[in-house]
Amino acid sequence: MHPALSVIFFTTASGAGYGLLVWLALHAALTGDANPLIGWIGFPLALGLVTAGLLSSTFHLGHPERAWRAMSQWRSSWLSREGLLAVLTYIPALLFAVGWVLLGRNDGLWMLAGAVAAILALVTVYCTAMIYQCLKTIPRWHNGFTVPGYLAMAMATGGLWILPLLALSGSDLQTMALPTMGFLLLSAAIKWRYWTATDNAAPTATSGTATGLANLGTVRLLEGPTTSETYVMREMGYRIGRKHAVKLRRLAGFFGLVIPVAVLAAVLAMPGSGIMASGLVLLAAISGSIGVVLERWLYFAEAKHVSTLYYGEEFA
Amino acid sequence: MTCLPTTAGSKKLGLVIDLDICVGCHACAVNCKEWNTSGHSAPLTDWNAYSDDAEEDGDEGAWGVWFNRIHTYEAGEGEDARTVHFPRSCLHCETPDCVTVCPTGASYKRAEDGIVLVNADLCIGCKLCSWACPYGAREYDKTEGVMKKCTLCVDKIYNENLEEQDRVPACVSTCPAGARHFGDLGDPDSDVSQLVAERQGYELMPEMGYKPVNRYLPPRPRRTKAEDFGAPERLADLAQRVPAGETTSDASGLLGWLDTMLSR
Repeated sequence: MHPALSVIFFTTASGAGYGLLVWLALHAALTGDANPLIGWIGFPLALGLVTAGLLSSTFHLGHPERAWRAMSQWRSSWLSREGLLAVLTYIPALLFAVGWVLLGRNDGLWMLAGAVAAILALVTVYCTAMIYQCLKTIPRWHNGFTVPGYLAMAMATGGLWILPLLALSGSDLQTMALPTMGFLLLSAAIKWRYWTATDNAAPTATSGTATGLANLGTVRLLEGPTTSETYVMREMGYRIGRKHAVKLRRLAGFFGLVIPVAVLAAVLAMPGSGIMASGLVLLAAISGSIGVVLERWLYFAEAKHVSTLYYGEEFA
Repeated sequence: MTCLPTTAGSKKLGLVIDLDICVGCHACAVNCKEWNTSGHSAPLTDWNAYSDDAEEDGDEGAWGVWFNRIHTYEAGEGEDARTVHFPRSCLHCETPDCVTVCPTGASYKRAEDGIVLVNADLCIGCKLCSWACPYGAREYDKTEGVMKKCTLCVDKIYNENLEEQDRVPACVSTCPAGARHFGDLGDPDSDVSQLVAERQGYELMPEMGYKPVNRYLPPRPRRTKAEDFGAPERLADLAQRVPAGETTSDASGLLGWLDTMLSR
């Protein structure tokens, strides 16, 4: 599949933003700490990432001015459900933000708004993942790894981004660093299993079943329908990802797993939240985000669509 | 509404494509383009149509929106290999995901005849329907910003301004080989259903589970014997009697010299 930058940015940025929203709610619930610094940076960052992601996803639309229509078909379409939930999440999220930032409160009803926002944020990420997982035409997406992967990576990147805020405000890093590390390792484990499973998966369809000519023998494309590339070849027939897959997987693992885990291990080993710790966890957040962007690029670029069977692929 | 119709009738309009006699001339695709570029989903935009390196729209290559694409495949090995021309368009599936994934209600399946259409006024151009189609049947018009697809010539097959025999999809009326048939595949007694039954017509990628309506008729077995063609028995071993190759080894003199020169 063609890895559209707008969609890669959307899924990674909104994932991190929704994850951060969940961590803000967890921080409020666990500590009752309404530190204004965390609120003033945390909410603009979380909602900014989500909003930038949503805006970016409309850039790849042919008619962005009609985007509101996308909320109408929630009965059948995961994309519609996702759009609807993304908008709904703003309501409790903004209430939670107002309480924390303007009133200095994140308890009682304000905390309830935070809890609702956190739940809706996770459901939104779930819907985002289901947009991809529900596509039977793309075997690398249509499996049980997509939803857990999206959720775990949203929690991991969200956790990575709350740590610099905690460090800046002088809060305790340990409570959040350990579960964040857990989500990083969980994401890596899911990705590892995803890659080994999908690399070795039996084909969903072949050029023989696509044409129905399998009984004549191996089916090969002799002549394509046009001298240039069709829409389907441009949109679905992306091969560069598969060519460089191994290198890019290593890079994704290095930035997304090795560096953040090393930093978190150091933070856990040497308690404290000085300027040094702030810099280190910020580095981990940036590195982890680069890793997730690489992973998401691969998620699109490595995915083979069954319609490419009509254009010379033998199996998908 | 992108939920599939729950009250769908038994009518399932579709195409039956005979792979045995398709000659791969692309006339169906050309007439499809001709009709539809001024029809329901008009226009079928082309880019760089007259110069494939002009990059007038920042995009290399001459390309455009077509509802019908003709591929040519080779199946089998060596002497047994067959060349099969393969027209491919929307199969108007009974349970199409391209419709249900649509977030706006632009894609829909008609209850009355099963035709899958796009309402261009509602389409936001998110392309998700094209991702959901295993057959590569939907094509995006980047100038109009909406998805387009085969309409089964919905504006032709019911058009009372046309003679009755012309009320078939453009691809069917133009096929010079008679390889394309149109009709109600939901009616077991229709001509197309009878044809499918007689020739063991099949679905493409049935394992995907979208229940396509269109059927393909398989190429007939290769005819290699004289009697297969109705030729007289005495010609049965004709192939063996034709010299495998010509030899010029006994040429000499001027002819020998000519043979040497011409063989270079």
